[in-house]
Amino acid sequence: MATYTIIVLLIAATLRVAAPLILAALGGLFSERSGVIALGLEGMMLGAAFASASASAVSGSAWLGLGAGILAALLIALLLAFACVTMKGNQVVAGIAVNIMVAGLGPSLALAWFDQGGQTPPLSNPAQRFRELVWPGAHFAARHPVPGLLYSDLISGHNLLVYVAFACAPLAYWLLYRTRWGLRLRAVGENPPAVDTAGISVAKLRFSGVLMSGALCGVAGTYLSIGAGAGFIRDMTAGKGYLALAALIFGKWRPWPTLGACLIFAFADALATRLQGVPLPGIGIVPVQFILALPYALTVLLLAGFVGHSIPPRAIGAPYDKQK
Amino acid sequence: MSGARTGRRAEAVLLPICNLAAALLLSGLVIKLIGEPPLQALRLLAVGAFGSGENLGYTLYYATNFIFTGLSVAVAYHAGLFNIGAEGQAYIGGLCSGLVCLAAARWPFALVLPAAILAGAAGGGAWAFIPGYLQARRGSHVVITTIMFNFLASALMTYLLVHVLIEPGQQTPQSREFPHGTWMPAASLLLGSFPGDSPLNFALVVALLASAAVWVLLWKTRWGYALRVAGENPAAARYAGISPESIIIWTMLLSGALAGLLGLNELMGSQHRISLDFPAGAGFVGIAVALMGRNHPLGIVLAAVLFGALVQGGSELSFDMPHVTRDLVVVIQGIVILFCGALENLFKRPLSVLWRRTRSSSS
Repeated sequence: MATYTIIVLLIAATLRVAAPLILAALGGLFSERSGVIALGLEGMMLGAAFASASASAVSGSAWLGLGAGILAALLIALLLAFACVTMKGNQVVAGIAVNIMVAGLGPSLALAWFDQGGQTPPLSNPAQRFRELVWPGAHFAARHPVPGLLYSDLISGHNLLVYVAFACAPLAYWLLYRTRWGLRLRAVGENPPAVDTAGISVAKLRFSGVLMSGALCGVAGTYLSIGAGAGFIRDMTAGKGYLALAALIFGKWRPWPTLGACLIFAFADALATRLQGVPLPGIGIVPVQFILALPYALTVLLLAGFVGHSIPPRAIGAPYDKQK
Repeated sequence: MSGARTGRRAEAVLLPICNLAAALLLSGLVIKLIGEPPLQALRLLAVGAFGSGENLGYTLYYATNFIFTGLSVAVAYHAGLFNIGAEGQAYIGGLCSGLVCLAAARWPFALVLPAAILAGAAGGGAWAFIPGYLQARRGSHVVITTIMFNFLASALMTYLLVHVLIEPGQQTPQSREFPHGTWMPAASLLLGSFPGDSPLNFALVVALLASAAVWVLLWKTRWGYALRVAGENPAAARYAGISPESIIIWTMLLSGALAGLLGLNELMGSQHRISLDFPAGAGFVGIAVALMGRNHPLGIVLAAVLFGALVQGGSELSFDMPHVTRDLVVVIQGIVILFCGALENLFKRPLSVLWRRTRSSSS
């Protein structure tokens, strides 16, 4: 009974931790499949987290916050696309530059605008955040934990953006594999000259891929600051953008396996939180740092070909030059 | 012929100036945005960085860290590798140097210094070797693996400092203080009261020697030539009998070793203990320094001083302007990386067009 409750709550926590990862990783998928390295996920998410918390604090509306978050991430994505596609700049450098810029810009602007030490004001009004939705009958189900808890805490009880994140996986699959745009996007990441020869603009497609990653990171960042959290704090993404990139690589650049990778990584995170200082029978206390490091170690092993094989899009990282 | 050469020389000087000017302009805009007067901020920043011997000492102290990480990034860059892992390599290298210091209570400093240098280089090198090996032999991209290794280093160090190295009876996750005999000699020994209370120390000399060594190695030895050929054109290198794989592995080793020396300055020179997150982003600043310095040791030393000045001037600035914090310095670093690295073509093409025009009109 106690074990059952713990497991259900652990899985529920996994879903909540996974949500921003899924959004960012699927966003990165569009960018990388179009041939642009998605190193800017972290910055786009952080920018969105700041913008949405600021807008929500000022306007009092979570929806305006979401709008501002997506807008901010799109603007950052536009800058990235300009540097990587139009200016044919180094994509790794562009991503790193954006991440560093936003990491400093958020707290700087927060301090200048709100004067609360680099944070946005705490969002105390319920309308300023995306709160947990309680589905009809959840209270009744919770009274009969087996199997009621599965409904009340796993299916019900998350904020709207968690459901959005999970809905994005089939949507991303459909867009990438069932639409003309998706076919062209995948083609431009593999063989841009062929796409160009067919009379389709390589630059436009890559812009659309990067902007798509911006939009999704916008939702992810919004989730962090006004869904899971109640305001923007310094460095609140804490490497989630890089973890999302790892998940997307671990998912072999495909939507469903990427979703799976996000869930595995999120589970490791939820487990680490749960196991903090709790001795395991026969093992003793497992240092949380090792569990938290697991996703990164797994990704390295996968990339090295020790766990399956992962092949990146062929044209990734290479700016397309018509004259060559 | 000589025209093309002067053109390239002019570009090497003009391009960084254009990039820097653009970055400064945008930074000024950001300062304006947070409600402070940009010109006054710039003046205070310059005074804070160079205004007195002590301020200059701090600037050079920060620059020392950036020289190590900048060289690390640049060496890898010449071999066509992007080492984003200088942060983690510096972290692990510093750990190893620190462990030597903790163990060497009775050693003479003449023995401590080479041991700490070797340990730091070995630690940083080992942390870069794995990504290098995986790139060369298993084809896993060094950009991604070095990022992962940054996180792995951070997890490992947190574990070690919280559970193993922590000073008994203390709450802060840091090691006990190094024995006094292992501290890096302060600059005041040589310069008297000029550097004031700044932590400037002998590690700067090590950094400058390392810069000179990198210059000799890359441009004056066979191996350096092979490295640069492998970076420019791996196919040509292979045809010339150079093994790009072994170049990749050795380059990453060297790159990590250079980053691993950061502990000489930060730990042995200033903090005198192993602490949590002591590289404090220097690995990423190293990317900016290498880009700005055009991956040349001389350029890197100059760029490192510039970034050191930015950090030191920025922290002085924050005393005078309540809305300016070290975060603003981070923004400016990001902007510089953007212009010098990602947007380098923004001025490259207009500059070369301009150059050609002035040439044809003069002849």
